[in-house]
Amino acid sequence: MNQEKIVLLIAIVLFCAFSLFLNGFTSAGNLLTLVRGVSTLGILGVGMAILIIGRGIDLAIVAIYAMSAGWTLHLANGGIPIALAMLIGYLFALSAGVINGVLIAYVEVPALFATLGMASFVYGFARYALVPLYVVYMPEAASGIAWIGNGFMFGVPVPILFFAFVSLLGFAFLHFTKPGRFVYAMGDNFAAARMSGAPVRPMIVLQYAISATIAYLAGMITATAVASMNTNIANSSMIYDVILVVVLGGIGLSGGRGGVRNVVVGTLLIGILLNGMTIMDIQYTLQDVIRSLVLLIAIVIDSLVNPRDEQTAQQGDI
Amino acid sequence: MIADLITRLRYRYFPDHMVGEVLGKRWMDNTIPVLLLVAILSYFVATIPNFVSFGNLSDTSRQIGEFGLIVIGMTIVMLGGGIDLSVGSTFALANITALILFNLAGWPPEAVVAGTMGVGALVGLINGLLIGYLRLRAFLTTLVMLTLVRAVVTLLLQMYQVQIASSFVESDLWDFIGTGSVLGLPFSVVVLIVVAASAHIVISRLRIGWRVMAVGGSRRSAYNAGIPVRFTVCLTYVVSGLLTGCAGALYASRLSGAGPDTGLGLELAAVTAALLGGNSIGGGHGSVAKALMGAIIVSLLTNGLVRLGLGNGSSQMAVGIVLLLAISINVRWSKWRHKLQSKVYMSPAYLALPPDPEIDPNSASPYAMNDRLRDVEVIGLGEVDGPEDVILDADGNIYCSARQGDIVRFLAPDYRRREVYAHVGGRPLGMAIDKDESLVVCIAGMGLYRVDKGRNTRKLTAETNRSRLSVIDDSRMRLADDLDIAPDGKIYFSEATIRYGIEEWVADALEGRGNGRLIRYDPATDTTRTIKRGLLFANGMCVAHDNKSVLFAETWGCRISRYWLEGPKQDTTEIVLDGLPGYPDNINRGSRGTYWVALAGTRTPSYDLAMTMPAFRRRMARRVASVEWLFPNVNVGCVVRFDAAGRVLESLWDSAGENHPTITSMREHRGYLYIGGVTNNRVGRIEIPDADPEWTGPASYWAKRP
Repeated sequence: MNQEKIVLLIAIVLFCAFSLFLNGFTSAGNLLTLVRGVSTLGILGVGMAILIIGRGIDLAIVAIYAMSAGWTLHLANGGIPIALAMLIGYLFALSAGVINGVLIAYVEVPALFATLGMASFVYGFARYALVPLYVVYMPEAASGIAWIGNGFMFGVPVPILFFAFVSLLGFAFLHFTKPGRFVYAMGDNFAAARMSGAPVRPMIVLQYAISATIAYLAGMITATAVASMNTNIANSSMIYDVILVVVLGGIGLSGGRGGVRNVVVGTLLIGILLNGMTIMDIQYTLQDVIRSLVLLIAIVIDSLVNPRDEQTAQQGDI
Repeated sequence: MIADLITRLRYRYFPDHMVGEVLGKRWMDNTIPVLLLVAILSYFVATIPNFVSFGNLSDTSRQIGEFGLIVIGMTIVMLGGGIDLSVGSTFALANITALILFNLAGWPPEAVVAGTMGVGALVGLINGLLIGYLRLRAFLTTLVMLTLVRAVVTLLLQMYQVQIASSFVESDLWDFIGTGSVLGLPFSVVVLIVVAASAHIVISRLRIGWRVMAVGGSRRSAYNAGIPVRFTVCLTYVVSGLLTGCAGALYASRLSGAGPDTGLGLELAAVTAALLGGNSIGGGHGSVAKALMGAIIVSLLTNGLVRLGLGNGSSQMAVGIVLLLAISINVRWSKWRHKLQSKVYMSPAYLALPPDPEIDPNSASPYAMNDRLRDVEVIGLGEVDGPEDVILDADGNIYCSARQGDIVRFLAPDYRRREVYAHVGGRPLGMAIDKDESLVVCIAGMGLYRVDKGRNTRKLTAETNRSRLSVIDDSRMRLADDLDIAPDGKIYFSEATIRYGIEEWVADALEGRGNGRLIRYDPATDTTRTIKRGLLFANGMCVAHDNKSVLFAETWGCRISRYWLEGPKQDTTEIVLDGLPGYPDNINRGSRGTYWVALAGTRTPSYDLAMTMPAFRRRMARRVASVEWLFPNVNVGCVVRFDAAGRVLESLWDSAGENHPTITSMREHRGYLYIGGVTNNRVGRIEIPDADPEWTGPASYWAKRP
């Protein structure tokens, strides 16, 4: 019994309970809404998972997500062609990711703090110099990309397809490519991976570049879905939601374990929970409390089922 | 000539050696935060009008007071190896709790503060139980607590915000907590000072603080050492919650308002501050002072940026960039520091020795090489490892100091039986026998010890007075070398160098700076004083036959000097024998008013030349591995006999260096000379034809005089 199975079990139990007691929960429309509601979280979760498996973490992912998409919209508002605006926005996201990677790989700053500082810097810099407004609206000229967040393909909302696409890509990357296997090697035993010749430093930079790319994609999905970007989301607890989606699914923060499947499972639990509570018309803040409690219970059960041993606990194992 | 003079002055008076010593100081960790603090302060003072005005300082310092409490809590958690991300929400919860208790429940201020701290401690306790006892991951668990508590705060806000805003309760005490000051200091700062002082004492002086540090340093070792790891971890979170609750109460009394953004991002600022001050992530290293430093820097920075009016996001941008910069510098610094220190610690000085005398076998020089030691009788071959010093008691038993930290004894008369007389540890070097027939030993790395007839070992002294201008703490002895005992019982001993341990003696040789000293230990008063500093590897010590002076050898100076104990020249030094052909080691009394000195090796022209070229030696020390360094020649040594006036009488050599390479000591006893060497595996014995056959060391020192 591992955490992934526990979470899956809780998700199934909740799903069954909601199906039995909530009207319209199992309708196709609702299920699509359910997945669509958490697809952004899931996409970000895949990026975070690739980092956490490699024993890194990216606390800047939400800041990059919000500010790069926000700047893209702002540039488009200023009359720059949408394609160019998207390119500039993406380059902004990518450079933040690459700087993260360089700081962590070459300067050897702990990932937690490099990305913590980067999150603060990206938000602060973008608000100060790039995006003067809290909420940036999508310009008319950009309606050509509205399908990213709003469109349907084969009757399925495009964000869900993106989630599926990113998950598949992530899965393929982690399992079928050499760099993907290096990610596992680095997470399992960093020193051993390094000594056996894995190019750990370029790998770290690559990982953060990937997570920044994914963050930008998720940002554009959100921006087009609601036709605006609330840059203040960078300061919200969303970053914690992303980590929780990953860790809840059973990817340990010490790295080397898990895969995209865990992210999907974690995302589904959150999705079912949020959707069910919304149907039950539970107040939003109370939903927050319940969600946190469920998460807490899940990790407590994990710790009871898989207790850590003082003798094998890692140093600085936070 | 001029170039030589400049080199000499440059390497005599420029304190190169201090660079490496300063780098080794623990406060070097804090230099970067301090410099940052100074830079930020001066920038704001220069650019913001009235930045140092009373009103602003008071307001800023109130914020620092509250923020500092949270950072101290965060630091304590981090010292224990954890992290507490829930403080932002806990702070908001404490704030609204205080407002509800005071404005709506009508509690008196004291009870409000206690209740608020209780709520904070409760959140900390939940964290602590989960992380300490259930051993969940700190990062994740406190993240969940952050969202959970934030959700609770939002619920409470929805229920009570309007009521709080419309209620109006008067209380002088509550106002004092929020806006009052003590002796000109805002109340929150007073609280911070008290808390910081107590936290410092707890962390650095009390058992529980040590336990926190131990758990943070190595959880596994702490567990194996029997420390209650789970309880200790739990406690750190409770303390963090308690302090955050306290800060929340102060904030509530100051602003009397609650909003959805209270404490938002506070956990980030607190972590930034704790790290910026120099506390390490992962635990075990850090202090309250560092926490305060970081708190002040972050507070000043954010406050100053707000006052600069740079607009939205600027303060977060600054916090981010400061965090990134500070940590980058910190990481690189801690990595480079030891590398840098090892490169610059050895700092050669200029040392010009007098020309070395003739040692050619055919010359008429008293140092002329011979082979008188070639056929010495060998005692205990292979049974003793490195007898640096040998000594004989009144019964003729031989004692020698061995590398394993033993005093080995060979029993008279045939010296076939060997026993470990005492195990003293360290590296015993020089020895002497006192009036009670106890053995007094200088032990490298340990100090001065005494082994009495009952074989009980006791420390006499390991510390002397610290010199006022020394960067490194030179009060603790590192390389006590040789000693002798005056008739009044005072022990005079030498410390070869204060900068290196015994394993690095060659670095001191290359330095040639004069790092050695003479120390006097007075058993009557149990006091230790340094009597002479700046000696070139102070080594052999011998109280003169007339008991009025003590002779000492400076190994790298190739000379023997006299330090006057009494008489008109009391406490002055004069050179007795200069320009020796080798490196003098131990000095001992001989019969008929003479003295013996061991030369551990002979000088070589290349080494003498190198000693006048400090820059060359510095390059060598930085660029070449230490095993490839130039080394003083210690392959062939000799024993020299001289008289009180410094006239050399004879010398005994083993030019092939077979029986006795590296001679470091010798003792005369009943017409024989016993020879020891620091790297030898034997003791040598040779008959001295013109010696007094009845003379012994103990008798010379302690026999009743007619």
